[in-house]
Amino acid sequence: MRNNTLSLAVVLAVAGLVGTARAETATEPASLAPEVPGQGSTADHSKFEVLKGPFASGPEVTKACLSCHTEASTQVMHTLHYKWDYTHPETGQKLGKSSVLNSFCGNVASNEARCTSCHAGYGWTDVRQPAPTDPTAVDCLACHDTSGQYTKLDNAAGHPPVGEVPKGAKTITGADAWPVDLVKAAQSVGDPSRQNCGNCHFYGGGGDNVKHGDLSSALISPALSTDVHMSADGANMTCTACHVSESHKVAGSRYNVEARDIPDSHLLGQRRDVATCESCHSTKPHDLTPVGLKLNDHTDRVACQTCHIPSFARGGVATKTKWDWSTAGKLKDGKPYHEDGFTQSDGKHLHTYLSTKGDFEWGENVVPHYAWFNGQVEYTTADQTFDPSKPVEVNRIAGSASDPGARIWPFKAMDGRQAFDTELNTLMHTQVYGPTTVSAFWTNFDWAKSIEAAATYVGQPYSGKFDFVDTKMYWPITHMVAPASDAVDCKSCHTPGGRMASITGIYIPGTGLPLGGKLGLVMLALAIVGVLGHGVIRMVSGKGNEDHHG
Amino acid sequence: MAERQVLVYTRFNRLWHWSQVASIFALLFTGAAIMGLHDLIPYGLAVTVHSLVAIALLVLWAFATFWLFTTGAWKQFLPSQVGLLQVAKFYAWGVFHGETHPYRKILRRRHNPLQALAYLALKIMLFPAIWITGLIYLGFTFWEHLDPSGTAIWAVANLHILSAFAIATFVVAHVYLLTIGHGFRKHVQPMVTGFECVDLTPEQEAYLQEEEPDRLRERCK
Repeated sequence: MRNNTLSLAVVLAVAGLVGTARAETATEPASLAPEVPGQGSTADHSKFEVLKGPFASGPEVTKACLSCHTEASTQVMHTLHYKWDYTHPETGQKLGKSSVLNSFCGNVASNEARCTSCHAGYGWTDVRQPAPTDPTAVDCLACHDTSGQYTKLDNAAGHPPVGEVPKGAKTITGADAWPVDLVKAAQSVGDPSRQNCGNCHFYGGGGDNVKHGDLSSALISPALSTDVHMSADGANMTCTACHVSESHKVAGSRYNVEARDIPDSHLLGQRRDVATCESCHSTKPHDLTPVGLKLNDHTDRVACQTCHIPSFARGGVATKTKWDWSTAGKLKDGKPYHEDGFTQSDGKHLHTYLSTKGDFEWGENVVPHYAWFNGQVEYTTADQTFDPSKPVEVNRIAGSASDPGARIWPFKAMDGRQAFDTELNTLMHTQVYGPTTVSAFWTNFDWAKSIEAAATYVGQPYSGKFDFVDTKMYWPITHMVAPASDAVDCKSCHTPGGRMASITGIYIPGTGLPLGGKLGLVMLALAIVGVLGHGVIRMVSGKGNEDHHG
Repeated sequence: MAERQVLVYTRFNRLWHWSQVASIFALLFTGAAIMGLHDLIPYGLAVTVHSLVAIALLVLWAFATFWLFTTGAWKQFLPSQVGLLQVAKFYAWGVFHGETHPYRKILRRRHNPLQALAYLALKIMLFPAIWITGLIYLGFTFWEHLDPSGTAIWAVANLHILSAFAIATFVVAHVYLLTIGHGFRKHVQPMVTGFECVDLTPEQEAYLQEEEPDRLRERCK
C-alpha cells in the first residue's frame, strides 16, 4: 500500500514535469531559427568550400577531408582495415589479409589490384610492402559516403571509377561501374551505414555472401526474420551500433574473438569496445520464468548465436559452401565456360562451375556446424606443414568443454580443395588475377605457371610439384540474429543426432540414453516381466483371486 | 474381534497419496521426455513442468513429513519382522494355491509387514535419492564451475535417472499387488473413501463408538 502511494506520487510528479515541458514548447516563438538540418550534426559538409571540388581522384577528396580532420588518416593507418596485418597476441602468428591463405580466393599477394580493390585506401599494389603511408591514400569515402553512389572499381587497388569508365568495368559489388560524383560524395559524408560496410564485407570471396554466410546484401534492408537488429521493423541498427570504434579502430575480430564476454551487469548498454551480444544483453538475458531461468543457465556454455541464429544465409542470398579449385581450367573450344547449377530462392541462377574458379556448392538457410570455441583461431599459414591424407584445416578454432573460456559456437564450415606442394606439404599461394601476365590462372589457365609465379612473388619455398588437397575452414557465425520466436528449439539439440552431435565433453540431456537410463530400463523391464509372470501363474493356477484381505 | 469399516486414511492422507500419484506420473512422463524416451510433449514444456511439479512435490513431502511425525502416523511405517516371512511366502507360493492373505489389518498397523518395509524403503531411500539428486541437478548453475570435466553432473544425472526408474519399478509392483485378492477396484477404494476393513478388539470398537463415531461404519461383508 505504502509502495503504491509512493509510485502514484512519482507518476503524478513526472506527469507534472511533462506537462510543464509541453507548455514551454508551445510558448516558444516559432520560425525564428531554421529547421535543424540533416542528422543532427554540427557541420553541414555541403557548406564547406574545400568540399566544393572539383576532385579528379579519391586521394584529392581525402586531402580535403584532412584539412579539417587532421589526424584521421593517421588513425586509420593504424587499424586492421588499413594494415591488413595482425600479429596474434596469443599465438604470435602473423595474420591479416595481406598474409593469410583462405579457402576462397586463396591469397591477396600477387593478385593485388583485384583484391586490394576492397582496401580502405588507394593504390596498394604490392602487399609484400605495408599499405601506402601517404595520408591521402586513406579512403574516407568508402566508409563515410552517404550519397550511396560512391564505389570502388573491382580491379583498381581501391580507386573509384571516375570520369570515363572503361566498357565492362565492374564495381566491388559486381555491378556495372558508373562514374562516381566525388563532390556529391564528399559533401554527403556521415556515419557509416549498412551499405558502406556491406560494399566490402557482404561481397567477400568474390560475390554476394560468398564468404561469411551471415553477411550478405540481404542485410541492407532486411526483413525482421532475417535480422532483428538491422531490420527497419526491428531496431534498425547499423553495423557500427555494435562494432563501435575508437580512433577509427573498430571492435570485432575473427582472429581473436571475444567468445565469452562477462560484462558488469551494472554497466549494460554503456560504451564498451566489444562487439558482443552480452555487452547489451548481459549474460542473463532471458525472463525470470522457469524457461527463462533454464535458458540463462545455458549462457555460460552456449553462445547466444548458437540458439538465436538458427541458420545462416537467410534472407534470400545463398552462400558458397564448397569451392573446389582443382577442377578449374577446363575449356570448351579453347574458351572458358560456366555452369549455373544452383537456383537461389529468388530464382537467380548461381555458378556451380567456372573455368576460372572450378566447382562450387551453395547453400541457403544453412544449419551451422557447432564447436567449442574460446575465441582463438590459428591459421595454416603457407609455412605450416600438414598431413595431406586428411583434410587440412585452413584455420583451427581452439576450445573444449574443460576450457572455462570456451562456449559452443556456430560456424560456417567451408569445404575447399586447394593447391599444395606435394613435397613440402604446404599450402601454395596462387596467382589468379593478372590480365596482362603470362602466369595468372584466369588469363592462362595453367596451374603450374600460376603457382610458380605466386611462390616466386611472395618468396615461398616450392618444390615445383603440386596437387590439390581437401581443406576445411571455419567462419564464426554471429550476424543475422533471428527474432526470439525463431530461436533454435530445445529439441533441436536435446535429441540423439541433433545439432550438438559433434559436441563432446559435456552432458547434454536427451542426446541418448545414459548409463543410468539403460540400467533403469533393465530394472523396470525385469519388474514388468516379473509381475506379468506372477500374474500368468496366478491365472493358470486359477487361485489368484480368492477372497482374502490384502 | 470384529471386522468393521474404519476410517484409516484421513483426508490429508488421501490427498497426500493421490497428489503423489499425479506428481510421480507427471514427473516420470516429463522426465522420460527430457531423457529422450518420447516426443509427446515439447522439450521446454517438459523441463518446466518437471521442475515445477518436483518443487510442488517437495513442498508436499515437507508437509507430509511434518504430519507423519506430529500425528504419530509415522509408526505405521516402522519395520517389523513379525509376519514378514509369511507375507513373502504368500506372494511367492500361497497366492497360487488358494491360500488367503496371512495379514489382518489392525488399527495400529494398516499395512502388512512387507508393505510397510517397502514403503519405508521408498521413504528413506528412493525419495531422498531422487530429490537430493534432483535439487543438485536443478542447482547445477551454482556449482558448475567446480566441475570443469563434467563428471559430477554426469554422475548426478545418472543417479537421478536410476532413482526415477527404481520409483517406476515400485509403481509397477505397487499397482500389480492391488490386483491380488479382492481385485483392483476393491483395493483402491479405501484410498478414495478412507474406510477399510480392520480387525477391531471390543475395546477399540467401544472406544471408537464412543469417542470417534464418524470413523466407524457398518460391519464388513
